[in-house]
Amino acid sequence: MNAEVVKISEDLFLDCVPGLYVSELATDRPGDNGAAQIVRNRLSAIGLDGLRARAKAAENDLMSLGVTFTVYSDATAIDRILPFDCIPRIITAAEWRKLETGVQQRVAAINAFLHDIYHDRKILRDGIVPAELVLGNANYRPEMENFPVRFGTYVHICGIDIIRDQFGDFRVLEDNARTPSGVSYVVENRHLMRRAFPDLLAGMSLMPVDDYGRRLREALTEIAPEGVDDPQVVLLSPGIYNSAYFEHVFLAREMGVPLVEGQDLVVEDDRVFMKTTAGLRAVHSIYRRLGDDFLDPTVFRPESMLGVPGLIRAWRKGNVALANAVGTGVADDKAVYAYMPRIIKYYLDQDPILANVETNICREAEGLAYTLANLDKLVTKPVGESGGYGITIGPRATKEELEASRAALIANPSNWISQPVIGLSTCPTLTDEGIRERHLDLRPFAVTGRSTWVLPGGLSRVALKAGSLIVNSSQGGGSKDTWVLAEESRR
Amino acid sequence: MTQQMPLLARYAESLFWMARYMERLENLARLIDVTQTFESPGLENEAWDSLVRIYADESHYAETCGAIEPDVVKRYYLLERSNPNSIVSSIEAARVNARMLRPLISTEMWKHLNVFHRDLLQIADHELQGDNLSRLCSRIKEAVQAHTGITEGTLFRDQGWHFYEIGRLIERADQTTRLLDIKFHRMLPKGPEDRRLEERTQWGGVLRAVAGYHAFRRIAPVEFQPSDVVAFLLTDPCFPRSVLLCLSQTEWHLTQLRTSYGLRGTLTPLEQIEDMRAALLDRSAEQIISIGLHDFLDGMQRDLIGLAAATGDAFFRDWKPNLKQNQSQSQSSAQL
Repeated sequence: MNAEVVKISEDLFLDCVPGLYVSELATDRPGDNGAAQIVRNRLSAIGLDGLRARAKAAENDLMSLGVTFTVYSDATAIDRILPFDCIPRIITAAEWRKLETGVQQRVAAINAFLHDIYHDRKILRDGIVPAELVLGNANYRPEMENFPVRFGTYVHICGIDIIRDQFGDFRVLEDNARTPSGVSYVVENRHLMRRAFPDLLAGMSLMPVDDYGRRLREALTEIAPEGVDDPQVVLLSPGIYNSAYFEHVFLAREMGVPLVEGQDLVVEDDRVFMKTTAGLRAVHSIYRRLGDDFLDPTVFRPESMLGVPGLIRAWRKGNVALANAVGTGVADDKAVYAYMPRIIKYYLDQDPILANVETNICREAEGLAYTLANLDKLVTKPVGESGGYGITIGPRATKEELEASRAALIANPSNWISQPVIGLSTCPTLTDEGIRERHLDLRPFAVTGRSTWVLPGGLSRVALKAGSLIVNSSQGGGSKDTWVLAEESRR
Repeated sequence: MTQQMPLLARYAESLFWMARYMERLENLARLIDVTQTFESPGLENEAWDSLVRIYADESHYAETCGAIEPDVVKRYYLLERSNPNSIVSSIEAARVNARMLRPLISTEMWKHLNVFHRDLLQIADHELQGDNLSRLCSRIKEAVQAHTGITEGTLFRDQGWHFYEIGRLIERADQTTRLLDIKFHRMLPKGPEDRRLEERTQWGGVLRAVAGYHAFRRIAPVEFQPSDVVAFLLTDPCFPRSVLLCLSQTEWHLTQLRTSYGLRGTLTPLEQIEDMRAALLDRSAEQIISIGLHDFLDGMQRDLIGLAAATGDAFFRDWKPNLKQNQSQSQSSAQL
């Protein structure tokens, strides 16, 4: 694989110095079979002007195709593409084996946990996880108590945010067990690369990403009520004004099932039907991209126009399947996250394959003492908030901010966790200055019906601003094609 | 039964409307183009005034724009967002429907419409001036024709296609009656004998606007009368934009929905088509003109609204004529 001769006038990667962090492409990795070197050589051969021209064309293509999310301001709706970086991120076959089994393990533990807390609550009685953390959680749904779901699967679609630290180890940063999005970009990015960079992909043996729709439909068919021969699967979307609408379209198309809105469905005699030109047609399995709160105005938010009155009743009668199940948000909570290594151990009697980011639980005396003693080195996070609110990054905080944080911790320790500052790995990225290292993460997607399948790779989100650790699309993040090298990587 | 695959009522409705809006766009471009050719020196305002009256927009226009002025009317029909009949409003509405239909229509259809939408939103003022306007109208017309061609070549021909075609044909019939009406407006009051040549030139303009001039020439007498043109546009069995042909095709699509897909509810719209056909064929064009062409066309337009409503009642959910799209934004807990 390392014998490829490519004519290079200029090495574009001279400025890519990994420094403190692991670089996903600038250095060769064991088991990459020379792939990183080949990609670097080919990109250098294309040259900076060539890369920019193709990147521009690729972004125009995404815009024309409407592979966009919609940003709403006061009166206008603007379609934006998720910025696409054309330099791929490489994961070796061995790395992927570990990620894949790690994700499967995590999903198994999350499902076991949800089953337990909505039934016998052994884990609470055994004192592994504090009961009030679960039962007092805003996402805990009493409607789920003692309600059986097929195969014990609550989280059918799970996105797990993973980072690689300074030592090269993958760690889980966050679980997304409600309605994780982003999978459409994984597939679309690959299609885009195949169109715009055939010369970069030539001869590369990569694990395919095309199978997601088929797998998802299979899982949704598996969970349909027993005794239904050819279940009707639908995708329930909030509609065209939802920012993830493109993804809903994508998934409905890939699965070959109708994309419905709440207004298309009706419940009669505790059975769900969709309104067609020929009248009502039974629906058996629903992939819903609506939050729990919006699903059924008779049970949750009464003002919601997006849901279907009577849906939850039909579900509890066993006449329709919902993916994900209701009440999974209690498992991807920040505070519960801290207990995840113990949860894995408790249900599976295994050590976590993918470590958490080391987390100090301030509701525990030891965690609190350590956090208070190291405030200037740690990131402190309130457990109930999301979107980065209330976070204090110790090394960057002023003395006053640290004191305020100390006071808040002492006042209500249970509301806090702390973590060390993580040096996310980087990947060479096309910027205005040339190719430079930028921080990134990875969100693999797992589909679970009877068993768990993980889409090879996942969504690589990259912070386009130099030095930034924030990869969210709302804050200037972009995405990359994620290449999982096939087992016997040959050209 | 050729297909058992169910079609969501909402998709059927969106197909119907997407097709209508695209057809409306094309015809509006044709009407604007022909109106400009009707401008006679010193009487420019009259030509544009009839366009406003044809669409029954007099009061809305007066409210938003004031007095009739050619440039203002052009803007009103091309760029004015508060005018629900303008080109930009039509493309906006077509795209909203296309967006709902993305799981169903071909990627090529969506991509073309999406790019066309972006182009139309970027029309600059100078493109409305002088001879640029005719070029702009051609561009719009050709883009819709590209849409029609892409649809013909890529849209899956199940029941959804029938709803698309029904929407397109009803709109086309309606627009043909309006085009005829615009010319009729310009005939009043009756011109003196020496204006007959100019009259004929203008009828030629109407026929060119619907790309029917050459076909008309082939079948009409050399010394044609206005009634020959009226007959051609209303009842010619072969001209693609004649009201009669549009109705016959609509009838065929409705029948297909019943026989191939087992859909019930076609009875009322089919009966309505029967009645409209009788109204078109029972009298000669001369008779229609002498009784009053404008009133006749007005009646046709009302019947077409009734036909659309009957189709909607039968197949679309919660049908309401002039259904306004729900603009409320909705956000779920998308985790990205």
